[in-house]
Amino acid sequence: MKAADFAYEKPVDLASALDLLNDEDRDIQLLAGGQSLMPMMNFRLAQPELLIDLNGVDELNFIEEEGEVITIGAMARYSQLQASPIISQHVPLFTLALPHIAHAAVRNRGTIGGSVALADPAAEMPALLIALGATITVISKSAEREISARDFFIGIYETALGNGELVKSVTVPKAKKDNVYGFYELTRRHGDYAMAGVAIAAGSIDPVSDLKIVLFSVSDKPRRLKDAEAVLDGKDLDNADAHASVKRALTKFEFQGDLNADAKTKQHLAGVVIKRTLEGMV
Amino acid sequence: MGQTENITLTVNDEQVTESVPVRLNLVDFLRNNLGLTGSHVGCEHGVCGACTLEVDGVMVRGCLMLAVQADGSSITTIEGLGENQRAADLQDAFKRNNSLQCGYCTPGMMASALEYVETIRNPDRDAIREHLSGNYCRCTGYQSIVDAVLEVVEERAKR
Ligand SMILES: Cc1cc2nc3c(=O)[nH]c(=O)nc-3n(C[C@H](O)[C@H](O)[C@H](O)COP(=O)(O)OP(=O)(O)OC[C@H]3O[C@@H](n4cnc5c(N)ncnc54)[C@H](O)[C@@H]3O)c2cc1C
Ligand code: FES
Ligand code: FES
Repeated sequence: MKAADFAYEKPVDLASALDLLNDEDRDIQLLAGGQSLMPMMNFRLAQPELLIDLNGVDELNFIEEEGEVITIGAMARYSQLQASPIISQHVPLFTLALPHIAHAAVRNRGTIGGSVALADPAAEMPALLIALGATITVISKSAEREISARDFFIGIYETALGNGELVKSVTVPKAKKDNVYGFYELTRRHGDYAMAGVAIAAGSIDPVSDLKIVLFSVSDKPRRLKDAEAVLDGKDLDNADAHASVKRALTKFEFQGDLNADAKTKQHLAGVVIKRTLEGMV
Repeated sequence: MGQTENITLTVNDEQVTESVPVRLNLVDFLRNNLGLTGSHVGCEHGVCGACTLEVDGVMVRGCLMLAVQADGSSITTIEGLGENQRAADLQDAFKRNNSLQCGYCTPGMMASALEYVETIRNPDRDAIREHLSGNYCRCTGYQSIVDAVLEVVEERAKR
């Protein structure tokens, strides 16, 4: 099908984009990579009255290193992140996960800001950001605020973004010497949305400290497996006890099924992805 | 009729200026307005890869970009690749290996394969499969396509 008609604007700077967005009367969509929005428009699941194309706003496309953090503009594309030496040096979890986000031609257009704003429960990026303890900077015509990834993702396609606000950038801490990361997902075809996946970050692993296990595509949003994190803290990662405590924690986790698999299958798959990831980390 | 915009772009080394409705997507513009029917349309939601083509040096989904967004850019379609010989060895390898049957997927497959042999160049079947994972083929079973790409990667490495 073809997209329904809309009005189109392509602002050349952030201030004009925010001016256009500051309009409560019209149904507005921002066009970033278009890799999720265009399909929704072609299916007529989205029929915005006004489309604001962010591809002319160069201020939103950057990858910057400053002190202990890396800040990434909303319009940075996945392919740019993959090619960036700053990312490969300081954000190893991104390097592990990026090849699994969609296919090469989609990564050439899709942006980090679009993925964050969309908040698809099956998407990798929100889970990575929670695992890294990232901060998301959002901006409107009148104010700018920072929201932790933990609080930003609220539910299925639901975020803390308010009216007139857009995602400006994402800030992640640089990896330190002892930090260890893991990522794994199960898909029907490489690059498709995962049936279940996990991103794991550890302050250190011998012994384990500051562990974050973030499951995605198994619930309404990426969620931490806190019960298992607590049990594993201070221990050795890859042993029978660890796997048993993960299994126990999974029985208390609230799984949600989708078109791919029901909740029970998701629970099983979550156990598989965590086991494989932990094995890869030690 | 809704909003229209004038766009000027380069398509297969020729400059084109047209007025387009803003809701028109890039692959429909190329097919219907310019008669370049080599790029195919399968799903219109980014999944099948039949519409994959080159915009400013990178491969993208023609169904997920608006024609108006291509203003000022340079596009190469399968017709352009046929003329400029950049993919001549790949085309030969596809023929030799029977890497196409109905041909519906071939223009998009060729675009993705060309990106691989020009920029990734890793002579590894798994890596080739991963790169082509966004292009569906319902005829060949992929094996012969991977054979062709691998052959070209190896031949180009010798040059
Ligand atoms: C075949 C295929 C497979 C895919 N597989 C995966 C996958 O495995 N994993 C995955 O995560 N994704 C996948 N995707 C989706 C892809 O990653 C998208 O690029 C991404 O989800 C959205 O980014 P975008 O830049 O394309 O955003 P768009 O599609 O342009 O926008 C998405 C939404 O976010 C809003 N938005 C965009 N930018 C901003 C901003 N700065 N501030 C506020 N709102 C904004 C838009 O208004 C829209 O509502 C796939 C897509 C395709 C076509
Ligand atoms: S028609 Fe564009 S990906 Fe299928
Ligand atoms: S040759 Fe028929 S779909 Fe690929």
